[in-house]
Amino acid sequence: MATPGKPLIEVVNLEKDYPTGAGVFQALRGVSLSIATGEFVAIMGASGSGKSTFMNLLGCLDRPTRGSYHLDGMDVSRMSSDQLAALRNREIGFVFQGFNLLPKLTSLDNVALPLMYAGMGRQARRQQAQAVLERVGLGERSHHTPLQLSGGQQQRVAIARAMATRPRIIFADEPTGNLDSETSHQVMGLFSQLNRDEGITLVLVTHEADIAAYARRRIRFQDGRVVEDVPQKAVTA
Amino acid sequence: MIFTSLFETAWHALVTHRMRSFLTMLGMVIGVAAVILMLAIGQGAQAMVRSSIESMGSNLFIIMSGATTSGGARVAGGMAPTLTFSDADAIRGLGDIVAAAPVSPGTAQLIYGGLNWNTSVYGTTPDYAVVRDWPMESGGFFSEADVRSGARVVVIGAVVARELFGDEDPIGKIIRIRQAPFEVIGVLAAKGQSLDGRDQDDTVIVPITSAQQKIFSSSMRNRARLVMAQAVSDKRMEAAESGINELLRNRHRISAGQDDDFTVRNLTALAETAASTTRIMSLLLGAIAAISLVVGGIGIMNIMLVSVTERTREIGIRMAIGARRRDVLWQFLIEALTLSLIGCAIGLALGIGGAWLVGNLAGLPVAVTPASVLMAVGVSFLIGVFFGFYPARSAAGLDPIEALRAQ
Repeated sequence: MATPGKPLIEVVNLEKDYPTGAGVFQALRGVSLSIATGEFVAIMGASGSGKSTFMNLLGCLDRPTRGSYHLDGMDVSRMSSDQLAALRNREIGFVFQGFNLLPKLTSLDNVALPLMYAGMGRQARRQQAQAVLERVGLGERSHHTPLQLSGGQQQRVAIARAMATRPRIIFADEPTGNLDSETSHQVMGLFSQLNRDEGITLVLVTHEADIAAYARRRIRFQDGRVVEDVPQKAVTA
Repeated sequence: MIFTSLFETAWHALVTHRMRSFLTMLGMVIGVAAVILMLAIGQGAQAMVRSSIESMGSNLFIIMSGATTSGGARVAGGMAPTLTFSDADAIRGLGDIVAAAPVSPGTAQLIYGGLNWNTSVYGTTPDYAVVRDWPMESGGFFSEADVRSGARVVVIGAVVARELFGDEDPIGKIIRIRQAPFEVIGVLAAKGQSLDGRDQDDTVIVPITSAQQKIFSSSMRNRARLVMAQAVSDKRMEAAESGINELLRNRHRISAGQDDDFTVRNLTALAETAASTTRIMSLLLGAIAAISLVVGGIGIMNIMLVSVTERTREIGIRMAIGARRRDVLWQFLIEALTLSLIGCAIGLALGIGGAWLVGNLAGLPVAVTPASVLMAVGVSFLIGVFFGFYPARSAAGLDPIEALRAQ
């Protein structure tokens, strides 16, 4: 587990430029913040505010143009793409707005997929995937394909997949964007539970205030900068 | 990542798109089947030519009466033979020659009991068996004494023995050749087809004197249409040929500048030409079939490229949850390889089955060799790697963020 006192995530003067036809677009213009183990953070902001770029950097899907990013003390900005892949596999879980399950695979195989890339054998990874599916309340649906599941169930399979390798952090990008209000709150309840019971650090991107309200800290982005970073009393599930 | 997982993933992707996988494979199936079948036909032809050459006798010359051309014009056939028995004896006396036999060929009706059979009749001397390298199945060949006395004895080929005698033992039986009775003293071992497609076993051999007196009633005694001669070794073939030429020009008193009244043919050289012709033919057949194999490979590349485009999002998801670039590369490479190798396996089955059909129904000689099977498998593997690599590399080179955004 993380060294006490040291933040799990620490970014200093993070900048990201994108070349465009009309020159360089500065998506992030110097972001510095840290997130400790076990935090539940909501990142908010209008589209184009830089929050998605920030999430991609934190999720090790991309590397910053300037600035530093330390994940659990490791300098991510200098890692090779293979090292980043290993980090995404073991330390990070993703939950997307569109679920992003592989449609031809069963729930079980979807959840077992990160374990395959972790090098685990077929039997072992199926067992572990089944256990994680039971943890999200879908133990009975392990042999259904995503098309046979409701939106809320699909998102819970996606959460199970994010948890499969027992990562330290889960990044959720608009996880309730495709769900109705009741299902949204069920999914958020599951996130709160994981954060509270298993100590998983959660970073959530959303533009809905009632979803952000589940987090205990709110960070707002605007024009590539952090304009608000405040603690809040979380809604309990 | 574990290798079996890669195969599992590839297999799953192929099974999910059954129809597409099958159609993609079809190119490989047809290519491999064509290569196997064409090589089988080519190698069968080569094997047949090789055995014909072996059955002909080795280091063989045929000296024919009359020139093939005279002053640039072809000489009419049917003229009197210019070669004599003593010419044959003189050729046998040459240092580079082992044996030489004068031959008087013809055809005649054979009768035994109630059966009759039309076949070729060769009048010759005991040297013929040496020159043609022709062993006996039973009995023996006739002797020089039989030739001198014009004995009515006959040695019969395997086909004649079968047609006239069936299961009966022919030795000692009397057959009629154009009404003249001959005693069967030997049966020749079977040789099979000659290079020009004739059945060499459909023949009878009698002393040349008896043939001329009793069968052909030729007015040209002591003359022969052909002399067949065997050189001591293949290295002495050229020396032997010029020796024969010189000897016959002397004996026939042909002065310098005058055309020969005989023709010397080196049969072994002709046979080698035939062998290399069939070799070239089988290479050509194989090459044409190989083109369809390459086309099959391009089909695989085509579908793999479409598949990578279609599955961009899947690739993005796999990368997000921890697939390294090389995992994605292997995934698509193994998919291409699996396609080409399964296609190869089906193609092998079809090709071998097709070769069997061609061999048994069309009666063509075919030979499926382990080498051609190994080659087909090896080439399919290489095609899988070669045509799978580019699509796999483009999949592995995708940016995870872009890939996740794809629809």
